[in-house]
Amino acid sequence: MIRLRGVHKAFGEKVVLKGFDLDVPRGATVALIGASGAGKSVVLKHIVGLLAADRGSVAVDGREVAELDQEALYALRRRVGYVFQFAALFDSMTLVHNVEMGLRRVPGLSRRDIRRRAAECLELVDLEGLGDRYPAEISGGQRKRAGIARAIATRPRYLLYDEPTTGLDPVTTTVIGRLILRLREEIGATGLVVTHDLGTAYEVADSMAFLHDGRVRAHDAPGEIRISGDPVVRSFIEGAPELMETLA
Amino acid sequence: MPGKTLDFVGATGRAALRFAGTVGEWGVLMQDTIRGLRAVRIWRHLVFEQMMRIGVASVPIALFIAAFTGIVLALQASYTFTGAVPVYLVGSLVGKTMIIELGPVLTGLALAGRVGASIAAELGTMRVTEQIDALETMAYDPAAYLVLPRVLAGAVMFPAVTLLASALGIVAGWLTAIQLLEMSTPEFVRGLETFFVPFDVVFSVIKSFSFGLTVTSLGCFFGFRTRGGAAGVGRAATSAVVASSMVILVFDAFWAAVLL
Repeated sequence: MIRLRGVHKAFGEKVVLKGFDLDVPRGATVALIGASGAGKSVVLKHIVGLLAADRGSVAVDGREVAELDQEALYALRRRVGYVFQFAALFDSMTLVHNVEMGLRRVPGLSRRDIRRRAAECLELVDLEGLGDRYPAEISGGQRKRAGIARAIATRPRYLLYDEPTTGLDPVTTTVIGRLILRLREEIGATGLVVTHDLGTAYEVADSMAFLHDGRVRAHDAPGEIRISGDPVVRSFIEGAPELMETLA
Repeated sequence: MPGKTLDFVGATGRAALRFAGTVGEWGVLMQDTIRGLRAVRIWRHLVFEQMMRIGVASVPIALFIAAFTGIVLALQASYTFTGAVPVYLVGSLVGKTMIIELGPVLTGLALAGRVGASIAAELGTMRVTEQIDALETMAYDPAAYLVLPRVLAGAVMFPAVTLLASALGIVAGWLTAIQLLEMSTPEFVRGLETFFVPFDVVFSVIKSFSFGLTVTSLGCFFGFRTRGGAAGVGRAATSAVVASSMVILVFDAFWAAVLL
């Protein structure tokens, strides 16, 4: 389980999180929605220790991330797959080598196991046959899928998706959404999907948390969020800034 | 007027604090890099590749600079010595200057441009495209994976390239002396041997070793702290070259004061 309590984070003068609370129960998929720049990706980076909270608690499987020593932090990171917004593939490596990178850090895997598992992961995201390509030689949607293949290679307990559908066409967006659902069934990972794409959030999430002004403004089932009476939530899901203006 | 003086003092203080902060950040990265030595499995297979990129690929530019430096040294020494100093000392000047000064410093400055900018741009691009974050999420220590192989390769290859460049500079000076200055080979060699001491080579190696550490560590440092997309990558590359060049010249004076 992932649990964040009272997380505060500022970058210089810019305060991003102001007492952020969120629970991601084991086996569930939670979508964290909110406007661009609201701090959704910042939340993900706290979970894997890429950022440290100024105040508050970030715990995974009951252990405070900030208190982990290096080995324990690496062990945590091996249990968490991270899908980056722009895939963050290593551009000097082929796709198969990208996927193998994480596997090389898993103790006890032979070279043969690593190669086999990398091939399986590429197949799982429908990229079989493209393993020898470099990231620059494939499309944006394929890069996203390669990023997902890399994230799932270590069979993580948790999958963190940072804007998995941003910048993709509607068809590819649907493909990625279905892939997230399929992966949940096949590897059973707990998921936290950061997105401002409501279609994807409704499709993949068990619950949706709406981040606004550094806090979770609403956290409910997708059906409830869809009919929320909160004008701030409505403003976001309807794309109607005038609703926000009435609050000002 | 007192207001302007205070502004100047304040601005100087803030600049000094920024500088101290930057040096401190570099120190932390170097500490992480030294700690990364323990993770042998992560970096050992990457050092050879970096030695090729940093050292072997830099040989042509280093040799080009050294050859023309050797030619010019011989011509200028002959011009300066004519009628006043025995001409065989052209060999002394070419040899001594190439080994203890121009070989290491010109090679260092050339490689600061070629290697330092390349490292900063590569790691800077990795930083702004979140590739370094991705490495971390896959349980890699970025200092061990990215910095250590480059710094080790620089520490080994800068002295090697410098010795090669110094040797070629001397050969170019010798060819110039016998072809254009009507000197004989025994005269040139006599000059070469007159003031040569083996410590000169040790001195050259120590200098170029420190230049290798400087260029690669600063390239990595500025690459790692890159912010702000393509413009940030450009700034990182420029900062790496400028800072490396300045530190090379400071080290040059330092080693001369300490070791000679």
